[in-house]
Amino acid sequence: MKLMHITTSAFAIAALSAGAAVARDQVQITGSSTVLPYATIVAEAFGENFDFPTPVVEGGGSGAGRAKMCEGVGENTVDIANSSSRISQKDLDTCAANGVADVMEVRIGYDGIVFASDVAGAAFAFTPADIYNAIGEQVLKDGALVANPHTQWAEFNPNLPAQDILMLVPGTKHGTREVFDTRVIIAGCEETGAMKAMMDAGMDEDAAEEGCMKLRTDGRSVDIDGDYTETLARLDADKNAVGVFGLSFYQNNTDKLQVATMSGIVPSTESIASGEYPVSRPLYFYVKLAHMDVIPGLKEYVEFFVSDDMAGPNGPLAEYGLVSDPELAATQAMVAARTPMGPLK
Amino acid sequence: MTDISAAGAMPATQPKNSLFVQDDLTRRRNAAEARFKWYGIVAIVLSLSVLAIMLFTIFRDGTSAFRQASVAFPITLEADILDPNGARDPADLAKVTTIGYGNLIGQQFANFLTAEGITVEGISDKDISGMISRDAPGRLRDMVLADPSLIGQTIDFNAYATGRIDGYMKGRVTLETAELDSNVSLEQLQLADQLIARNILTSGFNSGFLTNPDASDQRPESAGLGVAIIGSLYMMMLVLIFTLPVGVAASIYLEEFAPKNRLTDLIEVNISNLAAVPSIVFGILGLAIFINFAGLPQSSSLVGALVISLMTLPTIIIATRAAIRAVPPSIRDAALGVGASKMQTVFHHVLPLAMPGILTGTILGLASALGETAPLLLIGMVAFVTNYPAGPFDGGVMDPATALPVQVYSWASRSDPAFIERSSGAIIVLLAFLVIMNVAAILLRRRFERRW
Repeated sequence: MKLMHITTSAFAIAALSAGAAVARDQVQITGSSTVLPYATIVAEAFGENFDFPTPVVEGGGSGAGRAKMCEGVGENTVDIANSSSRISQKDLDTCAANGVADVMEVRIGYDGIVFASDVAGAAFAFTPADIYNAIGEQVLKDGALVANPHTQWAEFNPNLPAQDILMLVPGTKHGTREVFDTRVIIAGCEETGAMKAMMDAGMDEDAAEEGCMKLRTDGRSVDIDGDYTETLARLDADKNAVGVFGLSFYQNNTDKLQVATMSGIVPSTESIASGEYPVSRPLYFYVKLAHMDVIPGLKEYVEFFVSDDMAGPNGPLAEYGLVSDPELAATQAMVAARTPMGPLK
Repeated sequence: MTDISAAGAMPATQPKNSLFVQDDLTRRRNAAEARFKWYGIVAIVLSLSVLAIMLFTIFRDGTSAFRQASVAFPITLEADILDPNGARDPADLAKVTTIGYGNLIGQQFANFLTAEGITVEGISDKDISGMISRDAPGRLRDMVLADPSLIGQTIDFNAYATGRIDGYMKGRVTLETAELDSNVSLEQLQLADQLIARNILTSGFNSGFLTNPDASDQRPESAGLGVAIIGSLYMMMLVLIFTLPVGVAASIYLEEFAPKNRLTDLIEVNISNLAAVPSIVFGILGLAIFINFAGLPQSSSLVGALVISLMTLPTIIIATRAAIRAVPPSIRDAALGVGASKMQTVFHHVLPLAMPGILTGTILGLASALGETAPLLLIGMVAFVTNYPAGPFDGGVMDPATALPVQVYSWASRSDPAFIERSSGAIIVLLAFLVIMNVAAILLRRRFERRW
């Protein structure tokens, strides 16, 4: 009987505490795992310097984060979605359908995507064409489109080492893959002439781009669905591999990785900021404006994130590998005015 | 003589079916048996060696997480930096951010080194202040805000050294790797050598690993399991509260009261099936029911506990029913025979006798629930949470929290190598909890188990 008594009272306590639930007092953030480290750095500094609780930051992917943000308005929905690619019209439509009318788009800076290999191995100097020749499904050889026959880098570019081709590329669920596809694979496809050959064979431009984005499936190009740590572990296991990493990840592991140049440019925060290094993308977060004065600390967090102390060229984010946005002042003004984003172009 | 007796006792050719001579079939059967024994031994050796390799790598990588390098030096809390107005007004004091405190700490550390006569040629001020963890300004600021009378005084300050310096003391960072590493310079390591020699930079037991909250990628040295341990404890407590009464009531009804018919058969089959449902399914269910429908807060240990309760309940029901079934019918018959009602029989006799088995099953169910990550992914508990949840009776179960396995997962995907050792360290802590729970289950069984 005593046990029954204890458990009944425990139930009562649990029910009471559930009834006493108060309004949420911390900001909830979700989304891209690329933006996650930056968001945690800001959240941590925010918690230290403001009287608000530290925001709760989740990872899980850009697409999933935006979908979660678009679920609706209210305390049970997240306030901010981090994203390593721009929001799509489909997401905006979902948002609008669920009553999330005004969304503010905040660009926090740029992220470089680098190609890196084992620190003790050979050095690489790539062009997009090299990458396409290495892992594209259909490549141009002697003027004809053929299934990719290359097994070593030196076969199509004598300046590259005679080393077996093995590329670790981000999986399709990563925001990184999109940039990799457009800036490297499609660019390389055009450069090698494979795209023209496809179009000459009767494809329209969209179909040719689709064709370009198909990677070879014979095991020389491996999709990594996990984080960069997984890519690093795979690279450790097979020293021949060339992996795709975020600039900040590379900068934290320069003792294990050596970075390849792309079209002769060494990736760095400077070369990315100046636009010389071609493979970079903007990072965003999306704020639900309806939550702005409802969730305590949300407005302050957003302002703090884009402040010069954080996102500026000398702030901790830049130190971690974020390429500071030259138009940060405009972003700050936009945040202050709470300008919702317009329709996508 | 032997010849004669041998010739006399036995026929020259032995019969095929003699017990002394194995025929082909027997030999094959015996050989198969011997082979099977070897297969069994190989299987055991194989699984044990896999376990040994796993434990070895975890302990090799993880034990270093329990040690942490720190720097001790005096800091003068200069009033004109920390309180320019001199009024000691809390609002004014709060305006000085951690950036201001960071500058103060870097400056004071450099001054201290100059005063002690410790220098390394070519070291920059940034390198010097870069040896101290970024969590130090926040801690100093909290100290000052809590006790403004410290301003103007000189205090002994103990700060964590950064992850790379810590790694140098643990052998993870060497002069060779530092040369390639953009986050640490050779000068810093030379300075570290001098500080170690002077006993200013020391390495000791890292209690912060068990008490600190999580930290961002830039300060692995201050990351700890505090929030995760509290979150896991809250969840286990709530899971126990939710599942034990429900599980025991369900099992007693099914074993002692329920009529045997199609319906109860169906329920039984479903309970067994439920025990085999992948845990992520419960996460999806929890997101839909507890968060979207019931409106309970995301990332809270209450929702986590509810989801894990759903998952653990079938296990507990199955264990409890087995324990109740193990009580001999003669006990029930005797109780009923002397005039006890069915309920009295159950609560006075069957349940107390089944209790050790029920508790063992419950503890083992909780232990498997403790290691569960997948359902928590969907309800927002795989997150960066640095505020400790409130006390259990102040609504702390509604506050955001993480759990131990979640912390292992999220540290394993961080870019700084110092988080790898912390991830393994967190596994060690998780294993310690599991061992404690399993030992408790064994002790309970040994102590109270009855045999008939």
